Amino acid sequence: MFDSYTETTLRYYPERCINCKRCTQVCPHTVFEPGSDHAELVRPASCMECGACALNCPVQAIEVQSGVGCAWAMISAALRGKDMDTECSCGGEDSTCCATQKEPECNCGEK
Amino acid sequence: MEHKQPCTCSCIPGEHSPNSSCVNNDNSAHSIDTTTGNLTFANTLDHFLARLGWDRSSHRVEPGLYRLGNPGSDSPVFASANYTLSFDALRSALSGIDAWILVLDTKGINVWCAAGKGTFGTDELVRMIHVTDLPVIVKHRKIIVPQLGAPGISWPDVMRRSQFLVEYGPVRASDLPQYLTTHTATPEMRRVEFPFKDRIVLTPVEFVHLALPLFVVTAFLWFLAGPVAALAAISAVIAGTVIFPALLPFIPTHDFSTKGLLLGGLVAIPFAASFATVPAIPFWANTLAAATALLLIPAVTAYIALNFTGCTTFTSRTGVKKEIFRYVPVMAVMAGLGITAGLILGISRLLGVI
Repeated sequence: MFDSYTETTLRYYPERCINCKRCTQVCPHTVFEPGSDHAELVRPASCMECGACALNCPVQAIEVQSGVGCAWAMISAALRGKDMDTECSCGGEDSTCCATQKEPECNCGEK
Repeated sequence: MEHKQPCTCSCIPGEHSPNSSCVNNDNSAHSIDTTTGNLTFANTLDHFLARLGWDRSSHRVEPGLYRLGNPGSDSPVFASANYTLSFDALRSALSGIDAWILVLDTKGINVWCAAGKGTFGTDELVRMIHVTDLPVIVKHRKIIVPQLGAPGISWPDVMRRSQFLVEYGPVRASDLPQYLTTHTATPEMRRVEFPFKDRIVLTPVEFVHLALPLFVVTAFLWFLAGPVAALAAISAVIAGTVIFPALLPFIPTHDFSTKGLLLGGLVAIPFAASFATVPAIPFWANTLAAATALLLIPAVTAYIALNFTGCTTFTSRTGVKKEIFRYVPVMAVMAGLGITAGLILGISRLLGVI
């Protein structure tokens, strides 16, 4: 009940996988691991929905609604009456969620 | 589309940098800057200011192709962002290696954030490959892209549009020397962690961001309710911006909001105790003052904690959205009640009731 992070929008269709292993290379949280004939989805709850795997899958075996897990951006979008899912103010001059260093997560969709 | 204009010799010394020099290829219309693997004091100062959030948009590198050491047509090509911290991390990690560095125009944003926005993306990578005449400068067709650039890059599209094969390097530039020996990354090199050092380095920006409103509130509370109330405001904000990031993995519960409520609750206890025992005011005022601390401090700390999700390296949008809908109403009610209690106390004081 106190874990909001158990479900994500990640969907994997192993029957389409050609085992190119790109997803295992790009995932920053080892959500996929190499398997014998196709990649294995081993840690779905660790997915942060960055979208790297889906974008780099040459056969569309992975789907995910990529986006930024940034409360600041979503709340400010909601406060300005914008859609929380598409609007993102990350990376702007007044944003705390990006632009500071190499690591901060910020997969804010379109600018 | 290659830009094969006759050489108008763009390599006039000083045009881009004092070190700019011509490529040994006459077809190249684009000048190539030279860089080194050494970081100067000015670089370190720039990194320090970037960490502080000083003049956000000024930490930029000119986009383009750079030569590191003395690269030739077989030397590896690395992609980077035009953010000084990204570029400097790469060139210092590659110190002593002859390589080409292709700096994309990411508007001064780091690789991962820019990849999320799409500015470190397929379009920009393909554009820069062509603009810099990279296919003429190197004989091979391989470009090493940082792993965290992957949310913006589609390797099949890059291949189709530029014939360059994208190879995803490790997450951290510091792993590159080891990576380059085999061109395979270990699982550790591929994993993004969020260690204490990375969390703590974010705290100055977090605090600076709230410094002005905090100053106003603190001054207001100081005159209206005294120094302890002012200290309570400062404590709530420091708990959210500094202590919370520092203790993130050690606070029980999984959600940021509940972690923040717990931490804020702990911070509130001594203030509540102090307010509950102020002599010479009626019992109801003691109770109300203690309740104000117990309601407001956790709400403020939890809200700041929830906003830290965007700085972390692992929260999903789905999860954060769930947190917002679950806990922001709770925080709002707590804050509303706390402010009401505080106002009742303030008005009673002004009216001379207490």
